[in-house]
Amino acid sequence: MRSTPTNSQSLFALRFAVAILGLLTFLACIPPSYSQENPYIVAYDHNLEEPGSLEVEYFSTFGTQRGGPDFHAYWAELEYGATAWWTTELYLDGQTTFGDSTIFTGFRWESRIRPLKNEHLINPVLYVEFENTNGADKILKEIEGHDVESDYAVANATARQEHTREMEFKLILSSNFKGWNFTENTIATKNLSNEPWEFGYAMGVSRPLAMKGAARRCNLCRQHFVVGAELYGGLGDRYSFGLRDTSHYLGAGLAWNLPSGWAFRIEPTFGLNDNSHQFLLRWGVSREFSGFGSMLAGLFRRRQE
Amino acid sequence: MKLYQFAIAGSLLFAGAIASASRQDTPRRSRQESVYDELKRTPEKYLAKINPLVNDADAAAAGGVLFEEHCEECHGREAVGGRKAPSLRAEEIQNAAPGAIFWILTNGVVRKKMPVWSKLPEPERWQLVSYIKSLGTHAAASKTTAKP
Repeated sequence: MRSTPTNSQSLFALRFAVAILGLLTFLACIPPSYSQENPYIVAYDHNLEEPGSLEVEYFSTFGTQRGGPDFHAYWAELEYGATAWWTTELYLDGQTTFGDSTIFTGFRWESRIRPLKNEHLINPVLYVEFENTNGADKILKEIEGHDVESDYAVANATARQEHTREMEFKLILSSNFKGWNFTENTIATKNLSNEPWEFGYAMGVSRPLAMKGAARRCNLCRQHFVVGAELYGGLGDRYSFGLRDTSHYLGAGLAWNLPSGWAFRIEPTFGLNDNSHQFLLRWGVSREFSGFGSMLAGLFRRRQE
Repeated sequence: MKLYQFAIAGSLLFAGAIASASRQDTPRRSRQESVYDELKRTPEKYLAKINPLVNDADAAAAGGVLFEEHCEECHGREAVGGRKAPSLRAEEIQNAAPGAIFWILTNGVVRKKMPVWSKLPEPERWQLVSYIKSLGTHAAASKTTAKP
């Protein structure tokens, strides 16, 4: 008998919950390690995950919506340092639209590759992502093409009928200079159906509150706090390139990196034109686990014996 | 979203993790030696650098805290090295110019698993240099450690 969409979704949710529970049990056996995160939510810098480390992250975006109910979008990230020059990451997205429903909106899988061996004044990183989401996705992880606020006012039941499979490419140009980080991301996206290339941008600047480490272990030392700002928005598509008829945002962020391996980020963000959501509150929590790769390899080896 | 697509993505991620982790866990003496060889590639500009925190009494202690947070996992609690990374008490390191160690921290040895630590501000990297230089060689390690 063919299963109904509701049954298959429930089955998927059950399997997903079991997988997450299994992963959390596994992670409980791995020691956490300190991570030094910049406060960016949208922009990427050239600092990749340490090899063999797994970072588990959860992010939320509360957004105001004109012409519809406000929403709370969220996503989980599993970020793994495959090598010192290659980081790969899986995203799982969902959202709750107030007065409407809560739904899973899809997944993304990305890789970041650092092509140059040494540190330079400007450090390029190549980013490739496959995205399989539905039209109800509201995480606003990047703005591309002519994304505008009214796109997000559609009811979940209607929006989720639209399926999007995209390849996304970014050129990340980032610099660390005198404790400051400056980063610029150029985004190009191609929907795998017959739609034009779309473009976007993200820029960020950040700096820790203190440049020197303290001589004792502490949670509230100034070097554990990083402040920053990011600016991001769309650049139209190949037929109408530019800053018009799209949305732009400016956010001010704070990251708190605890020696225990936990990191917290918060970023109030404001829309810069009439096409943008007026206000977004973004926040996230993450924990880094060192030695994940070694432990995984150990399990694999034991099974071979 | 179809479940099989999710399963394919997950499997590929898992396989990549296994493959890279397996490679990380196969250290060889030659690899460790080649990591030390990276010190010889330090540009003159860095070799001439003087640690600006050389007179800072807290620098080594602060570097010890940073070492615990960022380096201990691979180089070991006593910095004597491990399966993933070489000893920092080796003569190659202890006799190296502070600027050379600073250069390695700044640039990493990306092709040999040593991450780039340029995300740490310069003073923190110099604090790490102070700590590493305070460790002494293996012989000294058996008597005392400089850890705070």
